[in-house]
Amino acid sequence: MTNRLDQCNRMAEGGRIDRSQPLTFTWNGKDYQGYQGDTLASAMLANGIKVVGRSFKYARPRGILGHGAEEANALMQLGEGKETIPNPRATQIELFAGLTAKATNGWPSVDFDLMHWLGKLGGKMMPVGFYYKTFMWPEKMWMTYEKFIRKAAGFGHASAHPDPDIYDKLNQHCDVMVVGAGPAGLAAALEAGRSGKRVIIADEQNEFGGSLLATKESINGQSAITWVEQVTAELAAMDNVQCLSRTCVFGYFDHNFLAALERRTDHQGMTATSGSRQRIHRIRAHKVVLATGAIERPLVFANNDLPGVMLSSSVATYINRYGVVPGNRCVVMTTNDSGYQTALDINGAGRTVVAIVDTRQQPSGRLFEAAQAAGITIKTGHAVIEARGSNQVSNALIAPIDASGENVTGETVTVSCDLIAVAGGWSPVVHLTCHTGSRPKWDETIAGFVPGDSDQDQYLAGAITGEYTTLGALQAGAKMGALVTASETSTSYACEDESVCPPQALYLVPHTKSVSRAPKQFVDFQNDVTAAGIALANREGFESIEHVKRYTALGFGTDQGKTGNINGMAITAKNLGKTIAETGTTIFRPAYTPVTFGALGGRDIGELLDPARHTAMHVWHQQHGAEFENVGQWKRPWYYPKGNETMQEAVNRECLAVRNSVGMLDASTLGKIDIQGPDAREFLNRVYTNAWSKLAPGKCRYGLMLKEDGMVFDDGVTACIDDNHFLMTTTSGGAAGVLSWLELWLQTEWPELEVYLTSVTDHWATCSFSGPNARNLLAKLCDDIDLSAEAFKFMDWRNATVAGVKARIFRISFTGELAFEVNVPANKGLYMWQQIMAAGEEFGITPYGTESMHVLRAEKGYIIVGQDTDGSLTPQDCGMDWIVAKNKDFSFLGQRSFSRPDTSREDRKHLVGLKPKDPTVVIPEGAQIVPHAEVTIPMPMLGHVTSSYWSACLGHGIALGTVKSGNHRMGETVYCPLADGRVLAAEICSPVFYDPQGERHHD
Amino acid sequence: MLHIYCPYCEEMREEEEFSYSGEAHIVRPKDPKSLTDDEWGDYLFFRTNPRGLHHEMWHHSAGCRRYFNVTRDTSTYRIYETYKIGEKPIVTGEKS
Amino acid sequence: MVDPMTKYSGFSLFKHALKHHEDWQKTWRSPRPKKSYDVIIVGGGGHGLATAYYLAKEHGITNVAVLEKGYLGGGNTARNTTIVRSNYLWDESSKLYDHALDLWYGLSQELNYNVMFSSRGVLNLGHNLQDMRDIERRVNANRLNGIDAAVLNTQEVKEIVPIINDSADIRYPILGASWQKTGGVARHDAVAWGFARGADQLGVDLIQQCEVTDIVVEQGAVTGVQTNQGFIGAKKVGCVTAGNSGVVAAMADIRLPVESHPLQALVSEPIKPIIDTVVMSNAVHAYVSQSDKGDLVIGAGIDAYNGYGQRGSMHIIEHTLSAICELFPMFSRVRMNRTWGGIVDTCPDACPIISKTSVNGLYFNCGWGTGGFKATPGSGHVFAHTVAHDDPHPLAAPFSIDRFNTGHLIDEHGAAGVAH
Repeated sequence: MTNRLDQCNRMAEGGRIDRSQPLTFTWNGKDYQGYQGDTLASAMLANGIKVVGRSFKYARPRGILGHGAEEANALMQLGEGKETIPNPRATQIELFAGLTAKATNGWPSVDFDLMHWLGKLGGKMMPVGFYYKTFMWPEKMWMTYEKFIRKAAGFGHASAHPDPDIYDKLNQHCDVMVVGAGPAGLAAALEAGRSGKRVIIADEQNEFGGSLLATKESINGQSAITWVEQVTAELAAMDNVQCLSRTCVFGYFDHNFLAALERRTDHQGMTATSGSRQRIHRIRAHKVVLATGAIERPLVFANNDLPGVMLSSSVATYINRYGVVPGNRCVVMTTNDSGYQTALDINGAGRTVVAIVDTRQQPSGRLFEAAQAAGITIKTGHAVIEARGSNQVSNALIAPIDASGENVTGETVTVSCDLIAVAGGWSPVVHLTCHTGSRPKWDETIAGFVPGDSDQDQYLAGAITGEYTTLGALQAGAKMGALVTASETSTSYACEDESVCPPQALYLVPHTKSVSRAPKQFVDFQNDVTAAGIALANREGFESIEHVKRYTALGFGTDQGKTGNINGMAITAKNLGKTIAETGTTIFRPAYTPVTFGALGGRDIGELLDPARHTAMHVWHQQHGAEFENVGQWKRPWYYPKGNETMQEAVNRECLAVRNSVGMLDASTLGKIDIQGPDAREFLNRVYTNAWSKLAPGKCRYGLMLKEDGMVFDDGVTACIDDNHFLMTTTSGGAAGVLSWLELWLQTEWPELEVYLTSVTDHWATCSFSGPNARNLLAKLCDDIDLSAEAFKFMDWRNATVAGVKARIFRISFTGELAFEVNVPANKGLYMWQQIMAAGEEFGITPYGTESMHVLRAEKGYIIVGQDTDGSLTPQDCGMDWIVAKNKDFSFLGQRSFSRPDTSREDRKHLVGLKPKDPTVVIPEGAQIVPHAEVTIPMPMLGHVTSSYWSACLGHGIALGTVKSGNHRMGETVYCPLADGRVLAAEICSPVFYDPQGERHHD
Repeated sequence: MLHIYCPYCEEMREEEEFSYSGEAHIVRPKDPKSLTDDEWGDYLFFRTNPRGLHHEMWHHSAGCRRYFNVTRDTSTYRIYETYKIGEKPIVTGEKS
Repeated sequence: MVDPMTKYSGFSLFKHALKHHEDWQKTWRSPRPKKSYDVIIVGGGGHGLATAYYLAKEHGITNVAVLEKGYLGGGNTARNTTIVRSNYLWDESSKLYDHALDLWYGLSQELNYNVMFSSRGVLNLGHNLQDMRDIERRVNANRLNGIDAAVLNTQEVKEIVPIINDSADIRYPILGASWQKTGGVARHDAVAWGFARGADQLGVDLIQQCEVTDIVVEQGAVTGVQTNQGFIGAKKVGCVTAGNSGVVAAMADIRLPVESHPLQALVSEPIKPIIDTVVMSNAVHAYVSQSDKGDLVIGAGIDAYNGYGQRGSMHIIEHTLSAICELFPMFSRVRMNRTWGGIVDTCPDACPIISKTSVNGLYFNCGWGTGGFKATPGSGHVFAHTVAHDDPHPLAAPFSIDRFNTGHLIDEHGAAGVAH
């Protein structure tokens, strides 16, 4: 549907748009034209579009209020399909060819919204806090009520598809970070840049200049724009300065860390054609200069939310920067001199200024006189007390008010107009200063909050401090730029006369009716918070400004109260008879403007979410069809299905191969810590429960590690390489934690021990093969050591040559079979694995994964820390008292905790074996154990099943579990009631199901 | 987003290189067996947890892997000093 | 007990609408503190206010003051992600949280204040085999304790949350979940306000801007508190000052096994409803639900360092959003509106302390870590009993501070997760 209106509000000339580059865009299904350099908002205004959205609660029509981050109404559904973005502000969207946008609310259309009529009818019944007072009966109905409430929730909608774009991050360091490139920021950056310091200057807009982009002022005798262009060019030419436009510093974190979002391609289209769409700069700065400017406040008057009510500074910006006059007949209401400049700009653009309505009784001075000279009607001591119109402003009601600004003092007149420009004073952009915990201070002279004391190395320049003149901003910027670079002098500037007449501190404009009876006077446009709503909250006892915020939703919108907060606080203060300083402010939090989730996630998604660790043999496992299991960050082969085998069939085959011939496991993932030094033995004595004083070189020993609370924390085999040298193995998932734990003790408590720890997990690849043919297999590949059972005993290790590679061979077993672990440097791992597989072919060598490993070790009753233990079991609970030394000199870590009243109880949960009464049954892991077959709920529980498998070699299910007093209940029957109603019986037994004498691994 | 001076590396480094390791200067009792259960429990679990100056241990886990001490204000997050294990803090909040 | 004149209802809204809402009564009084009270509750958050409410309602102790240094409900009550559930692992904790869940049902009616408890269900995802074992174990334990719980497979998770990424080819695929259908979310501020209004109507004095600066102990027994409004006497003092428990305990020379950490959360801009349930993942570190306003409410991880700043470090937020984009790739273009931090008291076993102390008449309720909001009514209920009887409520007894000396810890790290 083409409906190409002419740009009825576009001026013939002026502004920073390129009229030679027309751009077509679509708004709510209709085509329009704007120019290169427009924002979507300026292009919409150029085309006379008034209604851009509907309000949240009452579905009232809303128009464009501002021209930047402060915009509360013009939230768009930008783009379509997988590219769509919910809620960007039209004022911050740069126009590009083919842009499509829709209103986020309004049915059947944004111009005619049925909800509005519901809002009108029901609005009276929906005062602030009405949710809390109703929808309570009957109780069950809340979920139904809520369904309807949720129908009204939200503005735009999320895409239904994954994001086609990528995002990245850049870590940056600089001497001076300048936030904001208006007059103060540019002057600061220039000063700092010239000193040779490393400077980053960032500004959220598409080009540097800030307020100067929309001014007719001059600097040093030339136009402000010329100055901006010169300074920008000079900064760009400096190698030590990085200029970031389209980059919003959205967060200020401790120790001068700033986060900024750079929109790299959003001005060109919905998605990036190459590279990242947006980038987050993570900036650590020595010094920070905040030159973030100020935002103009609207005034609170009746129906002030009608489309056509705009910020005065925004009207001026649309005229001067975009060549758009957003109205034909304009009323300017002002509490200060700002409105006069806007009136002059409107007048200069050839449109009618119906009147300047100045709330001050006796304004005077430069701008006042200029407006008089231009023949503009000025009504002093007056205010626009109400706007009228259906979908847009058609009239303004103007009345005289008294000097206090609290009362209407005379007759109201109605004037016809289509634009009301409102200048209610300025609010410094203190947001970033609050992020690090600083509280803003109320400054009576400027009637605004300025930054409070900060713990950051932070400097302020320009309007953020309430310095609103261009000259003042330039000088402050130069001064701060000099200060942060320790220069003695700073550049001086000259501007025209900028003297102003003092402003009036006015927030709520009086009406002839009381606040509760006047037409709605909006404070926070996005959340439909009215002056009457705040008054009601105050009346109901919500007096803290935080309570007001939470009860009314003041400042909770996507604009975070940029235009509404101060007015809301002022109204609260007045209602409570306090000053604004006493009432205080809520705290601004990051982000200053909303930040794309994807950008914050950056590249750390998909396979980069968390590093995946692969062993040296990973490729082989993949080629041989392994299914993988995530163990910590490791990808471990889980099982190797052949053909159409189920997992159980594969595991049965793998287990039987180990029991009957030989199987091989990739054990490279086990943590390995190399421990050296003359005190290594003593160190092991302290961190393990058992004794290490007598372990001879060439020998290995199993060890159990506890936290100081006495609970099992890790386990593994440690080999004595020589007297001063040990190699510790840890669990695969626990390796990093164990190393940190060992380092902690060594460095903090026992610095007298000379011990050195090195993580060597990745240095070694481990081929672990088990089974009766293990020795026969090894013998084929290794002939330089005696492999006989007498010469190479269980729990020995040897240096040897295996398949031509120097290796460490450990004769240790986690399967209960004769087993060898061949450790070689990781780059030989794949070769070694292949050599062993080839040599094992004649024995039917079978690779097996973690699942079979779990079955095989469970048949032997070996625990897996983290599966059979959960941080609540002592060694004694695990039936491993045998590994706890009783008479070591040093009270090893955790020992003292054994004798605490709870840990020394006899009726603690013990880890035991469980044999299902029905031999065909495998009890599900995680089943709870109860004493009776009859299920009554609630039911006391004795413990739970930690590990449970089908044992192919035994031909029945086996399980390990914890059972209260389990060690004293051998032979008793317990029950596992399942969710499906079955109750499985099992007999408590020894956890060693297979080869209880340990003959096989000693073979 | 803390910026921490590692006294071993002698450099300011990003918080993400470090791991926090709790209150500093908690000394393991020389003879745990002689302690009452309450004393042992106190050593295991009870901490001063002040709002304000806090002596705490950090581990340069993605750097030199040394533990060291930091005096930091838990309210403002300002770091006053970092010092090696075995050294004593200079900033203690006590009037000298 | 509620005065019919002040009762909230659709009818009262209608009646007040006719009067332009000019006659609504105060939600609570703002009394000056009396010289002394039978019981002083230090801390006017959800737990403290609930304690005061139940002291008055269940135990007839109405000469009670709640002293709040800031504004009611301004601490963690105001800063959490509002998740309510009771599917904890151990008997002691699951029973305590389930007691709270029972109270959530009907709480709006009990208080005549709509706390918007919305039982939209809570999923705890499992991403590896051990997660699934733990989920089975926990769900079985819950079931036998009479707590609503089920184990779901990936397909069933997808049916409940169609937008979730159920691909098997991602870094940590979803293998299943535990599902507590009776869990959900509530309007956090309303919980504090509802209990405050209820307590106030029963005669409890709610005193805001009243900071306790010292706990006065004589001969081993508490006699009152010093505040910025002067000394206030009390026979019993119950401290419910999450985030600041250690600071308050130090006033009575008591040390706690507690550390205070920043815990961050964030919300997106409001978007049209897209997710109906609460989805939590410990392994991938992400928690999300959607508020009735349309914000995605997301819990981030805990900052490792001790901190009272109500703010944390940025990388925590970044990690959380990586995880969110991984679980919900379609959220990638949605934007974060605001992030904030609370201060959580963490105990070594991720369980609270509800306990008498070595000082007679002094009680502590703290250490709720990341999970206190869900317990609010239950915590207040059992603590009120403990204070009223000078003897722990049976459900509170296991949570005595003594457990750190006896060794009887209740390790809920697995089920407590991180941020919720």
